Amino acid sequence: MSVVGTGGRPRGVRSRAGEQAGGPAGPLTMAIESVTHRYGERVVLQSVDLELSERRIGVVGANGSGKSTLARLLNGLVVPTEGRVLVDGLDTRTHGPAVRRRVGFVFTDPDAQIVMPTVAEDVAFSLRRTGLSRAETAERVAAALDRFGLAGHADHPAHLLSGGQKQLLALTSVLVTEPDVLVCDEPTTLLDARNTRQVAALLDDLPQQVVLVTHDLDLVAGFDRVVVVDEGRVVADAAPGVALAAYRELVG
Amino acid sequence: MILGSYVPGTSVLHRAPVWLKLLVLCALMVGLFWFRSPVTVLCGAALVLVGCSVSGVGVLEVGTRLRPMLWFLVPLTVLQGVWVGPVRAVVLVGSLLVAVGLATLVTLTTREQDLLDAVVAATRPLRPIGVDPERVALVLALTVRSIPVVAALATQVQQARKARGAERSARAFAVPLLVRTVRHADRLGEALQARGVDDG
Repeated sequence: MSVVGTGGRPRGVRSRAGEQAGGPAGPLTMAIESVTHRYGERVVLQSVDLELSERRIGVVGANGSGKSTLARLLNGLVVPTEGRVLVDGLDTRTHGPAVRRRVGFVFTDPDAQIVMPTVAEDVAFSLRRTGLSRAETAERVAAALDRFGLAGHADHPAHLLSGGQKQLLALTSVLVTEPDVLVCDEPTTLLDARNTRQVAALLDDLPQQVVLVTHDLDLVAGFDRVVVVDEGRVVADAAPGVALAAYRELVG
Repeated sequence: MILGSYVPGTSVLHRAPVWLKLLVLCALMVGLFWFRSPVTVLCGAALVLVGCSVSGVGVLEVGTRLRPMLWFLVPLTVLQGVWVGPVRAVVLVGSLLVAVGLATLVTLTTREQDLLDAVVAATRPLRPIGVDPERVALVLALTVRSIPVVAALATQVQQARKARGAERSARAFAVPLLVRTVRHADRLGEALQARGVDDG
């Protein structure tokens, strides 16, 4: 058959009573405990301790501050050199697959994230091994594409989409698995103002818990909490008003 | 020729099972190069035209995909003309064109997913000797997906080279393209990991 929908146990697709009520049961807790991370000699994160359980969390910081690494800790893409990361009690070091099923990740460059040649296939790729039949997969894919305004592009080659549409596709492919948390690493950096607004509005409406790494301070102004990272350390961690003021002061 | 170019439709060619299309394609190829006569080439060419009109793909669509072949078909015709005579040269080149034309028709009327499914089904018997059919399918799909991405990288590099006035430097093209491609591969790997590819 295919990369899509061969047997196996269901994954990423769980029935959720809370869904009708307008979202997952509640934000889960992601605990970063005394984490230090090095790439070779270079220390990118230094003694970071964070407990993230808000619905909307922003992460800001200069280029090379370690905020991308911080984001990658949350789904086990990066396992820390020292310390540990627990997502809803699961250690990313030992339960990586289980964590990734609950934490969806959106990258900056959608071209690297879209792995299948056409739009619908890329969304369907996320549903492989969910135990869904071909028809069920197709149905879910169609519904997801419709929800994010890509229905008319289902059979189009992914490379013919505009930059904004590509990022929407990347988002769709992640959200079709219904993760509990969505971590986005600068998802709007490559987009124009209009597409940035569209992606921001979309993130705003999600029932999921969202961790958004960004340089666009406006995007996180309405969030519950903003973490400011500088040279591998958390230098501010507060409500957006306070945290963003601290960040602006930091960058002068 | 180049994948990632499915033309949606509901014709017989679109609806025929992939394995049948591939089987017929194989049979036609064998016939074409077995007989290598003007008659088979003409029949083949007629078949391509019929295929175009039945599937609604259009001769132009197939034609554009054959055009890049001219780069080696023209010199080949000249060489073959000198070596084996004009008739056999034309038959050979005609056979090649017809073969690629037929293959193009198949790719244009088949979704990649179905094509990949067929390949996976065909590799399934190899599972006992350690071939993972899903991995084979993934590699194929990634290849198809990467062609336009790398092509776009090449365009970027070319423009950067031009902007810096180094149009003629081959090194100013090859080195950055290689670097960007490797970096892209890195990110792609990360994305595959994030999407749970090796999570079993």
